[in-house]
Amino acid sequence: MKKSVIIPALLIGAFAACAPEKPNKDGDTKPEKSAVEAVIDPTKGIGQVKNVTLESPLDQARVKRGIAIYEMKCQSCHKLDETRLVGPGWKGVTKKRKPEWIMNMITNVDMMLDQDPEAQKLLELCLMRMPNQNMSIGDARDVLEYMRSNDGEK
Amino acid sequence: MKRKPIYRSLFLFGILAPASILFQFCKPKGPAEVATGNAASQAYVAPGKYDEFYNFVSGGFNGQMNVYGLPSGRLFRIIPVFSEDPTSGYGFSEETKPMLNTSHGYVPWDDLHHPALSTTNGEHDGRWVFGNANNTPRVARIDLKTFRTAEIIELPNSGGNHSSPFITENTEYVVAGTRFSVPMGDKTDVPISTYKENFKGTISFISVGKEDGKMKIAFQIKTPGVNFDLARAGKGPSHGWFFFSCYNTEQAYTLLEVNSTQKDKDFIMAVNWKKAEEYLAAGKGEKAKAKYVHNWYDEKTHTATSEMLNEVMQLDPTVLKDMVYFIPCPKSPHGCDTDPTGEYIVGSGKLAALIPVFSFTKIQQAIANKEFEGDFGGIPVVKYEAALHGEVKKPGLGPLHTEFDANGNAYTSFFVSSEIVKWNVKSLEVLDRVPTYYSIGHLCVPGGPTRKPHGKYVIAYNKITKDRYLSTGPELTQSAQLYDISGDKMKLILDFPTTGEPHYAEAIPASLVMPNSVKIFKIEDNNHPYVAKGEGKTNVERKGNQVHISMTAIRSHLTPDNIEGVKLGDEVYFHVTNLEQDWDVPHGFAIKGANNAELLIMPGETQTLKWKPLTTGVFPFYCTDFCSALHQEMQGYIRVSPANSNVPIKFSTGRTEAPAGAAGSK
Repeated sequence: MKKSVIIPALLIGAFAACAPEKPNKDGDTKPEKSAVEAVIDPTKGIGQVKNVTLESPLDQARVKRGIAIYEMKCQSCHKLDETRLVGPGWKGVTKKRKPEWIMNMITNVDMMLDQDPEAQKLLELCLMRMPNQNMSIGDARDVLEYMRSNDGEK
Repeated sequence: MKRKPIYRSLFLFGILAPASILFQFCKPKGPAEVATGNAASQAYVAPGKYDEFYNFVSGGFNGQMNVYGLPSGRLFRIIPVFSEDPTSGYGFSEETKPMLNTSHGYVPWDDLHHPALSTTNGEHDGRWVFGNANNTPRVARIDLKTFRTAEIIELPNSGGNHSSPFITENTEYVVAGTRFSVPMGDKTDVPISTYKENFKGTISFISVGKEDGKMKIAFQIKTPGVNFDLARAGKGPSHGWFFFSCYNTEQAYTLLEVNSTQKDKDFIMAVNWKKAEEYLAAGKGEKAKAKYVHNWYDEKTHTATSEMLNEVMQLDPTVLKDMVYFIPCPKSPHGCDTDPTGEYIVGSGKLAALIPVFSFTKIQQAIANKEFEGDFGGIPVVKYEAALHGEVKKPGLGPLHTEFDANGNAYTSFFVSSEIVKWNVKSLEVLDRVPTYYSIGHLCVPGGPTRKPHGKYVIAYNKITKDRYLSTGPELTQSAQLYDISGDKMKLILDFPTTGEPHYAEAIPASLVMPNSVKIFKIEDNNHPYVAKGEGKTNVERKGNQVHISMTAIRSHLTPDNIEGVKLGDEVYFHVTNLEQDWDVPHGFAIKGANNAELLIMPGETQTLKWKPLTTGVFPFYCTDFCSALHQEMQGYIRVSPANSNVPIKFSTGRTEAPAGAAGSK
């Protein structure tokens, strides 16, 4: 009985020790602030984006900027239909994911891939870490608007 | 039976013990000499922890600037400056080729001796590091935000830029003094034996843009024919003056080893550059014809430009008085170093058995009182004793260079006696000495040439390594040694190998440099004429016999990766844009048979490789920098058809088609 309790505990310990730690100023490794705040609503992902209010009709200026960002930074890996290129196709993504999750994935991709179970499932599928494309929250919101448009919203 | 071996071993001991004791007293000691006490922990930087200092070490004959961490001695980077670097494509990509252009055409190599970190108020500001090209005279400015060479300026009327690139207190000027005097102006085809009559020296003052760092030769001071060796700016009270060591005041032009070492004293040349500025402003300069280039790199177009310049402003100190003075200095002076207070100037005669220390206050008094012993080439020579603060007696053999700590102490390197000697600048008293392994050249105290030395260590850059490391055939590694100077006694704590040949080096706290480091180039700001900001913007375009391919790279494919329509005789330009916007994700690009090198393209950057196929066929290209799990898949093909074929230009990624649909060649 005792053994079966101890072994998982050890395994968890070992796993935690595996993650490479980033050196900070004094060399100590304290958990980063945003990780502590994480997962209030697990379906919203992890990151700065806590609450997004969507409005109809779509903001066409945002959609336009979203297209430009898509063509420069996303198109290499994401098609607009359902088919997977390097990453998953975008068709239906706004129906499947919360807007917060999408924006956190875009702006906080490294932490998402390290900690968010849904992002990790996608990594297992694609075997390619989505690159950090240096996008601001505003950029991500523009891209989200374009995704809504791509999913047929008006 | 049993006693004999004992007698024998006692006998052997009797012979060997004194021998080994004698051996231990020989100086410098062999490789068995080890650091003592807690040396290992002092130089140890644990995995994942950072070094305290950056150490910018000249690469000497590799022409580059090498970046180490201190106290670990770990090599982080070799910054390409004056030599081609096939690893990064520096000098091979179309964008970087202009950086190595000179008035002599493209020069792929040089010899970099001295780094100089920029300063504000005489203290390190962490913005730029300058370096000199000793062979084809140039000065380079490296931007410490990118650790890349941002600018190179050539020096006309120079025969080898050794006395360079030392800087003034606020980086107003970088200087460049010629090592070789040469005939200049209209009369350059002269017999070598007319040295005294026709050969002249120059000292160039290169102004540095306060904000952008842009370099421009503000003026040159013409001097009599001598060899300029090293230099330092005044600081604090002596700000406005510059001091240059010069040798070969014998004006020899052959067998200098003998003929330039005849006199007991050569000179330190003191230049009042504020006075020079006044003369310049008053229109006393003369425009002289000169051909030299100015090259700079634009971070927005990711492209270098090379501009040819045609004239330079010159000042003649034999006409313009009170600007230049000579101070006698024994004997063939090399180092010429001003202490942190700016009051003392240390001259190090390579062949001298003492170190003269000059006083700036006394030099000023001597000039005011006209205490001159004569002139040299029309320039007044100040009396030695009138300028002298005092001499360090019997410090060692062959003093070369001096650095300073914050406590009024100097550290001088001695090549011949292979040691560092610590002495007090005011009292001139020798305080400590340590051997170096072997034959030290330059040395470095972090912040040593500034008004506020950071101290803590002195690093020896040695000329000979011999038996200190595992041997590697006739050519051995170059080396440096790290000494702790925090206590009264200097203490050796680390040996570390260096690349090229280390001459001078500077060290700066990491906190002044690392926070400013650029991580990516923003793709939005990329103004390269062939940038593809997204795969939809990729293109293949024929312009006569040139084919321009705007290609993108992102984990893990190149777009386009199938290209057809190139013909034999075409020049193909691969303009590759790295679409990544994340730190530490460069992509590489190489194509079979390329006669140049690879490209290494940083995130958001565009770089161009020119390729001229010599046969028809299908040629593979690929990413050379491991970027992801599917890096090995990051590849493509380009088809080259005969010159008279009608295969149309065609390009794609991810499109497959029936073989029959492919266009055939005739």
